[in-house]
Formats: sequence, structure tokens, C-alpha cells
Amino acid sequence: MTNSSTSVPLNYLNHQTGLWSWLSSTDHKRIGLLYMYSITIFFCVAAILGLLMRIEKIAPGQTIMSAQTYNGMFTIHGIIMIFIVVIPGLAAVFGNILLPIMIGAKDVAFPKLNLFSWYVYITGAFLGLYSQFANGHSPDTGWTFYVPYSAEASSNVVIALTAAFVLGFASILTGLNFIVTIHRMRAPGMTWFRMPLFPWSLYATAWIQILATPIIGITLLMVIAERTFHIGFFDPALGGDPVLYQHLFWIYSHPAVYVMILPAMGVVTEIFPTFSQKPVFGYVPIVFSSMAIALVGYFVWGHHMFTSGMSYESRWFFSFLTFLVAIPSAIKVFNWLSTMYGGSVDLKPPLLFAISFIFLFTIGGFTGLTLGSLATNIQLHNTDFVVAHFHYIIFGGMGFAFFAAIHYWFPKIYGRMYNFKWANISWGFLFVGFNLLYFPLFVIGIQGMPRRYFDYDPKFQTGEMLSTVGAFILIAGLFMMLANLIYHSRKGAVATANPWHGVTLEWQIPSPPPHENFDEVPVITRDPYIFDNPQTN
Amino acid sequence: MSSTEHSELIDSDTGKMGMWLFLFTELFLFGGLFIVYAVMRSKYAEDFHHAALELNAFIGATNTVVLLVSSMTVAMSLTAIQQNRANKAIGLIFITLILAGVFMVNKYFEWGHKLDLHLYPGSDVMRTLPHGEIMFFGLYFMMTGLHALHVIIGGILLTVVIFKIKSGKVHQGHYLLQENGALYWHLVDLIWIFLFPLLYLIT
Repeated sequence: MTNSSTSVPLNYLNHQTGLWSWLSSTDHKRIGLLYMYSITIFFCVAAILGLLMRIEKIAPGQTIMSAQTYNGMFTIHGIIMIFIVVIPGLAAVFGNILLPIMIGAKDVAFPKLNLFSWYVYITGAFLGLYSQFANGHSPDTGWTFYVPYSAEASSNVVIALTAAFVLGFASILTGLNFIVTIHRMRAPGMTWFRMPLFPWSLYATAWIQILATPIIGITLLMVIAERTFHIGFFDPALGGDPVLYQHLFWIYSHPAVYVMILPAMGVVTEIFPTFSQKPVFGYVPIVFSSMAIALVGYFVWGHHMFTSGMSYESRWFFSFLTFLVAIPSAIKVFNWLSTMYGGSVDLKPPLLFAISFIFLFTIGGFTGLTLGSLATNIQLHNTDFVVAHFHYIIFGGMGFAFFAAIHYWFPKIYGRMYNFKWANISWGFLFVGFNLLYFPLFVIGIQGMPRRYFDYDPKFQTGEMLSTVGAFILIAGLFMMLANLIYHSRKGAVATANPWHGVTLEWQIPSPPPHENFDEVPVITRDPYIFDNPQTN
Repeated sequence: MSSTEHSELIDSDTGKMGMWLFLFTELFLFGGLFIVYAVMRSKYAEDFHHAALELNAFIGATNTVVLLVSSMTVAMSLTAIQQNRANKAIGLIFITLILAGVFMVNKYFEWGHKLDLHLYPGSDVMRTLPHGEIMFFGLYFMMTGLHALHVIIGGILLTVVIFKIKSGKVHQGHYLLQENGALYWHLVDLIWIFLFPLLYLIT
């Protein structure tokens, strides 16, 4: 294993070659990589759009783009980031690559459906991209497609809606595949409570995917019908109700936040025990908090609509549930910290990213409660405070967990190791850049800076400028990290099967894994996080 | 193809579980429309009453019987394949498809009649109607339209099953595809069982 690359045994990366062998592969690991490469490309595109928006806002007044261009940019930035990058994100990439291995299976339950999901996904992704460029009218509704504007805007809204519908279908199929896989494909002896916690988080995620996504599907179809047939469900002139759209939209789109964050929580739950060489603290509470988040998260959508016109009773009810859903998240934070406590903590890059995940996620979580309180919400609704809050959750949470995941499983996926020094430096840039980019938005948001404005009062300039500087640092860190990973995926030092001394199943097989994962079906005889072979590094 | 090692048959219970989950997502898809129906009905109870009188309960009832019988024939085709009577199974699925066709023809006349009366979203007549009636006909076309789309998809699926039985891929020992096709067909039936009273009977 440690010899030159020519003597590397056959594995999933090299057992077949050529582009077609990838595009037609039903191997879950290859499909996971297909997702990873497509998601990375779209992420870079949307990140550059974000940078351009930040450049526009470096000074008051128009700097590099018109107001209309800016509207199109935040819309496509949102559509790409939410529907193409973050919702599939961790589940489709690391879920695909690792779920079957971690539960001791050869593949997912429906390998062909899995490949089909990727094709559906890529179709939706290109439709989304097409909606930006066709006829030069990129949608400018924001990713939320709020009626009445989305029913009237003279832009490619129908194409963008169709793209979101198609992407939702891919998400449903992946969720369905994972649920059946977890139910039916676990290795002998792997009872539910011997299952590692990343698969558990994917299980909770998958249920949200299949129970919530159809609602957005039908809602998007209704908006399409609204535009093409003037069916009127959301048009007050015909008797419809625009607020009804907001309800239907958030019935999906709030649970979708948990589709993003639950797998992220699962990833860091794998990382903390490994780099503390200590069993995870409170396995069962973590499992149940995941399921509780999935359940309660389904019923908090109204907190996006406190200012839209709802009865007082509905508002306090949704506010109460919002506070309730914070409890299982806090339980997890407690468990992660307790896992590290008293362990032999080894601050390698994956752990660095995982710890920054806790830091950023906690800020995002607390500001979420600020927004979930009825009184403060009225002041903060539709300000940059909201923008800062959800970027702390989505980018600081899910994004940093994605970076943690790739640094953690990179040696398993490619059989090679990246450069630690550059990983740490790029982490520094990402972490500093991220906070500099988004933290000032909390401040100017409280001061009254509205979101989605391409211009602003000069009194906000300090905050806006700091934020733009942060964006440059963040992008620099991003490309540093990508360069480190891409270069070392081919040229890095050959990695051993278990470089981090992890104990879950993926570390018991060679790196990269063979095509069918296990030479013989593993038999599980004990709990997942038992570190009884203390190894020194 | 790298799929050769993976192309072994999917275990029947696994395949059925996947299908059941998919059917749940279909129910939730229609669920969104049921929510809109509930909201609009409570808002415009009287208008819904008047608009529903426009629908022909006789055609609706006929179509209900047609779909119920087709669900029975598709279930009988499963029994036939379990008894290794492939030709009988094909015949029964064929009857199911014919009944699906009858359903669609009825639907065609029903919709055609509405179009003749200019009772469709966006028409000149519609604009003059009370709000609740506009909502009712919007829901009528959206719900029955989406349902009709599912009838077509189900019909295509069952046609594929016929060919798979003919080519011997679906047989007594392995009839997962046929079972899933039948499950899907029952879903089509089930949704109609809800649409029929909501649109035609409650006036």
C-alpha cells in the first residue's frame, strides 16, 4: 500500500477507466464523486456571483452593476447555492460515498436509481443555469419565488421554477434510496443502535427529503400554472391568496434547512470521536435529537412569515416551536464538546473545521432565536441581519462541515493525503474571511440595512466595506483549499487505510476502497465508537 | 459497463419498500392541492356549492366504477402471475389499460364540455364568475389534470410490464415490477377516490 502508485491494487477509482465508465457507473462512490465535482463547479460559480455582489456594495451608489443585474445575481446566487449546492450537498456527496460503507453494504439499495438521480440532478442544474442566460432575462424574484411578483415578472421564471422542481425530484429519489438502504442493507449484527451517527443523520435527513419535497413540487407547479393559465390560486384579483403561497413554500423550505444541516451535524459527530480518540458522548441523545429536529423542524415554517399577516395565535405558536427546535440542536453541541473533554485531542485540519463549525453554527443558532422572537423579528425582518444569520447556519454550518468532511475522508476517497500546512492556512483564510464577511451584516442589519438592496445609505459603508474585504479573503481561502485538495488528490503522499485511527467501518478497508467495498461481508459485534487500541501518532 | 456486478435482481421486499415510499411522496404532492382545496372551500363555501353543481356526477361516478374495476383487474393479474399463468396476467393488464382508456375518454368529453362553456382558467367567462367559483374550477382542472397525468404514467408503466412478461423478465419467480406497477395503479385509483367526492359529490 505504501509503495509507488503503480503497485496500487484495483480500487473503485482505477478498476475501469474512461469518461463513460464514470457516467455509466452505478458504484455509489463514483456517483458521490460525480455529485462532488458538479457541486464544486456550481459552488464556485455562485461564490463568484456572491463576490461580485459584494464588490457592487463596496461603496454606496452604482459601482460595477445595475440594480437589475444585482437582482438577477442574488436570485441565481440563491437558486444555485440552495437547490444545486447545499440541499444535495453533504447527503448526495458524502452520503453516497460513505453511507453504504459505514453500514457494511456493497452499495445502496437501488444503484441504478442512484445514477438516475444524478442525471435528474444535472438536468435540473443545467435548466437552472439556462434560466439565467436565455433571452437575457435572468429571474429576479429571489430564490423564494414569492408571488405576486413571481407570477408576473417578465423573466425566465418558469424555467427556474421547472429547474427547482426537477432538482427536488432528484432529492426525493436520493432520500428514498437512503431510507431503503438503511432499513434493508445493514451488515449482519449492525442493529439500529450500532449504526454510526453519520448514517443516522442521513436517515433523519432522508425522511425530511421525501416528506417535505413533494410540497414544494406541487407549489412550484401551481406557480407555473398561475403564470401559464392564470389559474389564480395566489392572485387576490381572482380570489386567491398570496400568503397561502408563502405557507406552502416554507412548509418545504424550512425543513429544507434541516436537510442541509442534519448531515453536517452527522459529519462532525464522526470527526470529534476520531480526533479525541474517545467514544462519542451520548450516542442515544444524538440519535433522538436528530429525529426530533426532523420532526419539530417540519412544524416551524411560520417563523418566516411573522410579518406577512398571520393571527396572533399562529405567531406565538410558531415562535414557541422555533424555540423548541433549538433544544435538540443545543443537545448536540453539548455532546460534541463533551466528546472532546478529557480526550486526547489532536488538532488536525478536519477537527479544526469541525470546531469552527460549532463556533459558527452556535452564532447562527442564537441569532436564529433572535429572529424567532416575535418582538425582535419585526425589527429585523428583511434586514441584513437575516442574511448574516442564515449564512452563519448554511455556510458556517453546512459549508464548514463540508470542508471538514472532505478533509476527513479525503485520504479514504483518493488514497492520498493533502498538505496539512496548506490546509491550516486555507482554514485561517476561510475562517477569518467568513467572519469578516458576515459579522458586520449583523450590525448594519440591526441598524436597519435592508437585504436585497444594491445601494445603501452612506452611514452603512464601514460595515459594507469590511464585509467586502472579508469576501475577498474568503474567496482566496477557498481557492487555496481547492488547490491543495485537487493537487494532492493526484500527487499527494500515499495514505494508509486508517490515517486518523478511526474506528468506523470505512477505516477498516483499503484506501481507496475496492469496487465492492468489502471482500467479505463484515459482521458487527459491538458499538460503533469503541477506541480500545490506543495508538500514538 | 460497471453495472454488471450490480445488475443482480433487487430483492422483492426492498423494491416494494422503495415503491411505498415513492407512493407517499405522490400522496404529499396531491396533499399540497388538498390543502389549497381546504383553504378555499372554507373561505368560499357557497361558491364551491354552486360551482360543484356544474360537474356531471354521473360521468364522475362512471369513472369511479371504471377505476375501481381496473384496480381489481390489475390485482387479479398479480394472482395470475403468481399461479404462473402469464397469458392470463397479460390479458388482465390489457383490460386494465382499456379501462384506463375509457376513463380518459370520459375525461376528454368532460373537459371538452367545460371548454365549450368557457369554464377554464383565464377565459372571458371565468373572469365574470364569483371568486370562489374561479378557485373551484382552477382546482378542478389542476387536480383532475394532475390525476390524468398519473393515469397516463400508470398506463405506460403497465404497458412496460406487459412487454416484460412477454420477454420472460417478469415471471412467477420474480414479479417485482408488476407488483410495483399494480401498487402505482392503486395509487391512481386511491387519489381519484378522494377527488370524486371532493369535487363532484359535496355540493
